Amino acid sequence: MPSPTRRIFDPHIHMTSRTTDDYAAMYDAGVRALVEPSFWLGQPRTSPASFYDYFDSLLGWEPFRAAQYGIAHHCTLALNPKEANDPRCLPVLDELPRYLLKDGVVAVGEIGYDAMTPAEDTALAAQLELARTHELPALVHTPHRDKAAGLARTLDVLRESGLPPASVALDHLNETTVGPAADSGCWLGFSIYPDTKMDPDRMVRILRVHGTERVLVNSAADWGRSDPLKTAHVADAMLAAGFDEDDVDQVLWRNPVAFYGRSGRLRLDATAPEAQLFEGNSILRGGE
Amino acid sequence: MLTPLASLRTGLELRLTADARAWLHLALSEAADAGEHDQARGLPPWERHFVTAGRRCHTTQQQQGSSPDPVDAARVLILHAAAPGTDAVVALYRRGSADERRAVLLALPHLDPPPAAGAALGLVEDALRTNDTRLVAAALGPYAAAHLDAHQWRHGILKCLFTGVPLAAVTGLEHRAAGDGELARMLEDYARERTAAGRAVPEDLGHALRLARFDETPARPASPQDRAEGSES
Ligand SMILES: [Zn+2]
Repeated sequence: MPSPTRRIFDPHIHMTSRTTDDYAAMYDAGVRALVEPSFWLGQPRTSPASFYDYFDSLLGWEPFRAAQYGIAHHCTLALNPKEANDPRCLPVLDELPRYLLKDGVVAVGEIGYDAMTPAEDTALAAQLELARTHELPALVHTPHRDKAAGLARTLDVLRESGLPPASVALDHLNETTVGPAADSGCWLGFSIYPDTKMDPDRMVRILRVHGTERVLVNSAADWGRSDPLKTAHVADAMLAAGFDEDDVDQVLWRNPVAFYGRSGRLRLDATAPEAQLFEGNSILRGGE
Repeated sequence: MLTPLASLRTGLELRLTADARAWLHLALSEAADAGEHDQARGLPPWERHFVTAGRRCHTTQQQQGSSPDPVDAARVLILHAAAPGTDAVVALYRRGSADERRAVLLALPHLDPPPAAGAALGLVEDALRTNDTRLVAAALGPYAAAHLDAHQWRHGILKCLFTGVPLAAVTGLEHRAAGDGELARMLEDYARERTAAGRAVPEDLGHALRLARFDETPARPASPQDRAEGSES
């Protein structure tokens, strides 16, 4: 059982792919806020209109669903690196400035590299510029393949962007990439998965070495094999390893609040199970 | 929900912090100049204010949580001041967040010039297709009371019962439901379905059914003007 005061902010989770059971279990585990970055859906999109429908969902339906389970939902918007390679999707870059103004948007993301192509270079640089002009932080995905080289190239582009490191989170880090990432001054994001990519005990070992500052821990749960309670598991593993409740609160609440708070758009007051208008059963009931 | 705009504005200003009040004045004056904006220079300033209202329109501590929602009110006032044409209203809704869409729906009866009826009803119908109860409720305001056809309006009532939107949120319920035999049939069928499933019949259903069967007549006849003013809620 989590302590009654535990509060968790999952800074990276794709709720579009999750069920209401997940929302309920996350609330029970202490999750009170989350950020849903826009990303690839597992199935390629073929037109910018698909993105707009997706953005609508992140700016309306998901926050509505989350609120019914007492969780504050924010999002990050971007053209993801994978689909930056499909010319049919590129017009979304022209519409992004309008969407990045929205109240629920707390960063530009996920941007970064997938296969390190010239098209990805262009999209990354353009969207870092959008982050700068919109005064938003950037959530930067580091590639799952060829990770070390991908990180090095990402750091070069970030230096050229003029975006301060304190406005950038480098995500999906592990033991091999945390060193150079930490040296850059950026926020350090770790995605905890049920398989071997990164697990709670390895996360705790990294926290022992690097400390709790500038560290963001997320579940990155999506449509793949993943677990939306991984943030809570890290909290438990931290306590078992001798960290105290304040350390847990720093890593799992205050750090993500500080990072996304740079947008000036976080609204965490709505997190009490919401007395929102017509609290409802449109979801509890499972549609019409 | 919305009283006439002048009192809406007065009520809103009293609730805002000094910074938010200054922002509102700027937003409304820039909206009044909306016609002078050169589209080539990107989003007009009033539209930027409309979009960002949620993080600018702060109420004082003691006013938090009171209704009408201050951000909704600010957006309605901005939209009214900008007096956009139908295409601009539709575009604002289509590219809007759920909160912005709700504000467009709430503003529909107040816009001058009024939007083309077909396009505005298209937005109401879009909102009624969602399962976001805040959008469904906003869709069934004065504009729908005055303009939505009987079939869609009845389905809107049923949707409220399905999704837990109190019928008190529906503008003009008494007058539109009164003596509506088809609505009565739909409500009876729905009540039967709920009972057969061993589930309680929503309280609001009984109220609407009595209206539809003429068991409960309104205390006074309402003129169409009453509906357009949204006096119900
Ligand atoms: Zn992701």
